[in-house]
Amino acid sequence: MSEPTVRAAERIEPLIVETSEGPQGLQRRGATPGSELGREVGSVLRVDGHAFDPSSIDYERSDDETMIINMGPSHPSTHGVLRIMLELDGEFVLRAKPVIGYLHTGMEKTGEQLSYVQGGTNVTRMDYLSPATNELSYSMAVESLLGIEVPARATWIRMMMSELNRISSHLVWMATNGMDLGSTSMMIYGFRERELILAFFEKTAGLRLNLNYVRPGGVAADLPDGWEDDVTVICDTIDERTYEYDQLLTGQPIFRDRMVGVAPITAEEALALSLTGPLLRSTGVPWDLRRTMPYLAYDQVDFDVIVGTYGDNFDRYAIRLNEMRESIRIIRQCVAMMPRGDYRSQDPKVTPPPRARIGESMEALIHHFKLFTEGFHVPQGEVYSAIESPRGEIGCYLVSDGGPKPYRIHVRAPSFVNLQAVPLLMRGGSMSDAITVISTVDPIMGEVDR
Amino acid sequence: MIELPSSAPAGVITADVRKSDLGCFPTREQYYGLVGAFKADGFELCADLCGVDYLEHADRALPEGVVATRFEVVVNLLSMSKRQRVRIRVQAGGDEPAVDSLFSLYPGSEAMEREAFDMFGIIFNGHPDLTRILMPEDWEGHPLRKDYGAGRVPVQFKEAPGPR
Repeated sequence: MSEPTVRAAERIEPLIVETSEGPQGLQRRGATPGSELGREVGSVLRVDGHAFDPSSIDYERSDDETMIINMGPSHPSTHGVLRIMLELDGEFVLRAKPVIGYLHTGMEKTGEQLSYVQGGTNVTRMDYLSPATNELSYSMAVESLLGIEVPARATWIRMMMSELNRISSHLVWMATNGMDLGSTSMMIYGFRERELILAFFEKTAGLRLNLNYVRPGGVAADLPDGWEDDVTVICDTIDERTYEYDQLLTGQPIFRDRMVGVAPITAEEALALSLTGPLLRSTGVPWDLRRTMPYLAYDQVDFDVIVGTYGDNFDRYAIRLNEMRESIRIIRQCVAMMPRGDYRSQDPKVTPPPRARIGESMEALIHHFKLFTEGFHVPQGEVYSAIESPRGEIGCYLVSDGGPKPYRIHVRAPSFVNLQAVPLLMRGGSMSDAITVISTVDPIMGEVDR
Repeated sequence: MIELPSSAPAGVITADVRKSDLGCFPTREQYYGLVGAFKADGFELCADLCGVDYLEHADRALPEGVVATRFEVVVNLLSMSKRQRVRIRVQAGGDEPAVDSLFSLYPGSEAMEREAFDMFGIIFNGHPDLTRILMPEDWEGHPLRKDYGAGRVPVQFKEAPGPR
């Protein structure tokens, strides 16, 4: 039976420092005896060999030595309505259990009542920080069932919008993570830069959030006049400012103390828990669907997959910061290589007639009316389409029975799955590290609860 | 074209689904063994697990030999080393749907199985903590079942007569 130890990355330095009055400071976390921590039987930790041996739990210990704390659902650092039950020994977390469902609004049930045309408005509200990727996975699923081709320009617009969305999502992450660690400057900077992207979204799609821009068959509208200049300005500004974030945070001693070596996870554990996205890449697994199973035109652009080494908080931060730079690289290539042509499929089955035709043709009017009241029928079948969202693999499992509404629509939400890592990451850490764990896992509650 | 791993249980029915994916239709008895064989064959990640209620489609198109039941559990496995996906659709039963839990193979399926239990009432034998995850604990019924009404809350508009 192995002695359970505190989870700490190798590179954490001893917290005991030599002073003029002898050695002082906290005991090294790795030196905490297992019996102090052996109360963890969080549901995801019960598997042999991955994290913890249940038989090593010290059952003799009385309950009044520990404290159960309820954190959330309305706690500012839970990023929404996440509730976590914590069992604490002093300041250290023995057990943590995320309790979710406070934002459950039955979106998968709602999706069964909406036609395929309306479905986009539903899925876009799931992950409210990256609506474009939600719509994209949904649209790709519908297109796959319909068997229609998307014009090249639509593909490239989709790619550019998802990368802009990735940047804006990571910016909010940088901002809220900074906020959790006490860096209010980062909070303000992150939201300031995101505003540039949201303004462009508003110009393009008419909305800042919940775009409903990517639709089955293409995108809702062509890019606005002068979009190249707007996007170039966004790229130049944010590219320059990522280096300011570097100066503000990366080398900052307090920030590093809170991030480096805190809450590590190994590649085996990450794979066992089905983690994807920056959480998985931080452990050194180079898995990015944009590169490994390319969709859209990602095989035609040049970018790097950012991979970490230690799987700790700092790696997850560094990955997101550098992914923003890679996204900027992709967007610049999109600007240079954007093809001309249609921005949506000309297949009349999914695309309404142009506005000018409706005024002069009765058939066009009827067609338009039918498309938006009844919607189009999708052939029988089922499909799972997965793409890389800023948080990991977002997949849409769609079952069609041949009617105008999905028979079953299931969204594989990356945050929902990634949240399973929370008990493992928090275990043995201090209460303040627990805050950074929630932050670096980056759960979006709208997507977790759907 | 993907083939079944050699250690898979005998007699699993397969069919091609879209492009390069493989669809498998094991029975409830073959299910756990089949997923275990895929895991041993290099499918590291249980990407997705969800339930489907085919209440209105008892005669849906399935490969020959598959006995359709009302509930299906759909598992999407992902192999990073082979860059392949495989989809496993197991007929979970009608009145009392139940399949084996994948928890001991893929601990990451824990939350997904709880969601399928919560939404469809499918029992996962061997799951360590099969409780409701999204709905309140005292909720009655399983919302994503097709015989569960969507429900409406009457909206009181200003100046309009109320529901009573």
